[in-house]
Amino acid sequence: MPVLGADMERGTLSRWRVTEGDHVTKGDIIADVDTDKATMEVEVFETGVVERLLVQEGETVPVGTALAVLVAAGETAMAASPSPVLAPSGDRAAAQPVRVEASPLARRLAAKLGVDLDAVRGTGPRGAITRGDVEQAASAVSAATPPATPPATPVAALSVAVPAESPPARATPPTPAPAESLPPPATAVAAHAPVPASTHGADADRRAAMRRATGALMARSKQQIPHYYLGTHIDLGHALRWMEEANLERSVAQRLIPAALLLKAVGRAARDVPQMNGFCVDDEFRIVDGVHVGVATSLRGGGLIAPAIHDVDQKSLDQLMEDLRDVVERARTGTLRSSQMSDPTITVTNLGDQGVETVFGVIYAPQVALVGFGRVIERPWAENGLLGVRRVVHATLSADHRVSDGHIGGRFLSAISNYLQEPASL
Amino acid sequence: MSESEIRATVLGILTRIAPEADLTALDPDVEWQDQLDLDSMNLLTMMVDIERATGVTVPERDYPKVSTLNSCVAYLMSRTPVAQ
Repeated sequence: MPVLGADMERGTLSRWRVTEGDHVTKGDIIADVDTDKATMEVEVFETGVVERLLVQEGETVPVGTALAVLVAAGETAMAASPSPVLAPSGDRAAAQPVRVEASPLARRLAAKLGVDLDAVRGTGPRGAITRGDVEQAASAVSAATPPATPPATPVAALSVAVPAESPPARATPPTPAPAESLPPPATAVAAHAPVPASTHGADADRRAAMRRATGALMARSKQQIPHYYLGTHIDLGHALRWMEEANLERSVAQRLIPAALLLKAVGRAARDVPQMNGFCVDDEFRIVDGVHVGVATSLRGGGLIAPAIHDVDQKSLDQLMEDLRDVVERARTGTLRSSQMSDPTITVTNLGDQGVETVFGVIYAPQVALVGFGRVIERPWAENGLLGVRRVVHATLSADHRVSDGHIGGRFLSAISNYLQEPASL
Repeated sequence: MSESEIRATVLGILTRIAPEADLTALDPDVEWQDQLDLDSMNLLTMMVDIERATGVTVPERDYPKVSTLNSCVAYLMSRTPVAQ
């Protein structure tokens, strides 16, 4: 079960799109997963053959649980030995045949708690050992003597993958410690589809679950991350004029919107100032190579989700527009893909369309920075002793003091501004 | 296209973009961005759909002229082949 957001602890496999024996190609959608926030499509990250489905439709499992066994074409793992259980993509390890079936999460937990998996009776699909089985075994063994180490925190995992030949992996953010009061998984309803009267209750439940999940994540962020805030007004005159002139030459469908320019500027600035791009867990910061920008997207009817656009600093504005259109549409129709939810390294929220001038954002843990943009408004603007009227946006930064300070944050905001003064280079 | 056809077309587009909205309560003379909570991506989608459905391309500089239901219908009426 892939991690589809830092606030996700479990997911419900709502539909398999493959059956055992199917050949799948990297990027294929193999399943739909319901979370508290939306229904999402799970992609497969390697080409191979689906040997076994480990989770049934309708089953709710913790993140990190293996969903299926995928083998390379031509392999015959089923022939003689027990099937391999795939390592999560977060480990980027080759699939290895194992003697006992257990989810990667259960296996790591067992190692941490000193539980012998050979002695554990599995209660999962086809007898696989689950996290709960390990915890139960550990508690039985140590009824008199509590374990010296606490139960492991779930780790990020994309379970359906054969990563041995993968290119360097996208960073998978560590999953933060589970909130004590995370909501139970709700029955997901496509956020955007017209809702028949009979499903209003389920939709309301989903929205309530989403609100609780967002609240829990934000509360944890504010409790654990020492935020600091910076803001600056950016002259967007050059950028908007350039965009408007460029749009004159484009078809309607190919027009740019200011959000694309802002995203690209943030992506390039994050590349320049890497202390803004990555994850902080247990007070340790890990810089991430790719710049994957989470786009805070309001769902029609309520709720918030922040799918990622990958490698923003490397993409053209046209590609960014396409990606932006795709993630917004998917977010609002409940068809996001697992890859779009698993690994944003920094988040941008733009509330300008709602008339907001200034955004004071809450960092989306375990990320370390969030950039907010307000409404583009005309302001008196003095420059070189001359007063004029310019279109200006207030850009804000919420950043993590464990990783950076105001000096670095200021460099980051300046870099965003500088890129927006040269829109043709974006 | 007749005025009623254009109006129905625009309302159909709005329904796809904001399916949860009660368009019967839409004030045709008030900007729909405020009434329907549309963002810039929604507006761009709307312009794409309008062009596809009516054949009328709305340039960016004319966006303020199509910001309400009535003004949008009037704008499109003045530019559709039948209306001319």
